[in-house]
Amino acid sequence: MGARTVLGTSGRLLIVDDSSTVRRSIERHIFSDRVTKIYQAANGREAMELFERYRPEFVTMDLTMPEMDGLTCISKMMALKPDTRLMVISALGDAETAIEAVERGANEYVVKPFSAEDLNLALTNLIAEA
Amino acid sequence: MSDEEIQVFIDGVVRYFERVTGEPAEVDAPYLKGEDSVTLDFTGVIGISGRHRGAVYFTSGAEQLTELLHRLGETVIGFSDQEDLVGEVANTIAGNARQYFGSEFLISVPLVLFGQPDRISFPHHLKNFVIPITWRSYRSYLIICLERATAERDAPELRSQPGVIVDLQS
Repeated sequence: MGARTVLGTSGRLLIVDDSSTVRRSIERHIFSDRVTKIYQAANGREAMELFERYRPEFVTMDLTMPEMDGLTCISKMMALKPDTRLMVISALGDAETAIEAVERGANEYVVKPFSAEDLNLALTNLIAEA
Repeated sequence: MSDEEIQVFIDGVVRYFERVTGEPAEVDAPYLKGEDSVTLDFTGVIGISGRHRGAVYFTSGAEQLTELLHRLGETVIGFSDQEDLVGEVANTIAGNARQYFGSEFLISVPLVLFGQPDRISFPHHLKNFVIPITWRSYRSYLIICLERATAERDAPELRSQPGVIVDLQS
C-alpha cells in the first residue's frame, strides 16, 4: 500500500481496512494539518509491518480482516507504542467487542456504516485529543 | 429463523443505505427462496459460524454499485472497486447483526463472486430468506440462510465452519 504526504507539522496516520473503498473514504476525511503522512494497510500483517517501520501516532483499525484480525493488531501495537491514538472502525456492532477493543487500548469505536459527518467528528476527536 | 431475526437484517439494510447515501432504501416483504437463482452481477458472501451456522449474501447489479461508489466520493470506478464494495456491504450488514446475536455470531471475511448464478449453494435442510431491496431505481437482494448451532455443532472443532458451499466449477 502507498503513502500520501499532507502539508503540516506533526503525526503520521495508518489506515487499516481490507476494503480499499473504506480506506480511501477515511483518507478523504482527513482535513487536519496535524496529519503529515498517511499509510494504508489491507490486512493485519501489512498493518504490523507498516506500524513497526513508521511508528504512526494515529491508527484507524478494522477488525474483521484476513491474515491477522484487528483485535490482535491492537494488542501488538499497544505493546510496541502505548501512546498510539487508535480508533476502531468496524461493522461489528456488539458491545462485547467494543469493550474488548477499548480494554486492549482503542480510544474510539465507530460502527460502520458511517456518514461523512460521523467520520469527520470521530477523526477530529482522535487527532485533536492527542 | 424468526421474524425478529429477519428484521435485524432488514434494519441493517435500511441503515446502510441511509447512512452511506442519505437516501433510504425500500425493503419489500421477505420471501423464501425457491429453486431459482438470486444473484446479480456481483455477490458478496459472508460465512457465519459460532452459535449460528450459515451464510449471508448481498447481491447487486454493477450500475447500483457504481452509483454507491460515486456517493462515497469515488471518481474513477473499475471492476475491482465494485467487487470491493459488494463485499463491504455484505460484511457491514452481517457485522451489524452482532448487536442482536452477540459476539458469538462469528463472521468471515467476504468472498466475492462475479456473475455465475449457480455457484452458491446452502445446505438443503435450511430455508433461504430473500430480502428484496430497492434503492433509487436499482434492485438488489440480501439472502440469509442461518441455523442455530446445536450442542453437537457447537463443538470447538466445528464452530469455525460456516455452512456455505461455493462451487467454483459450475
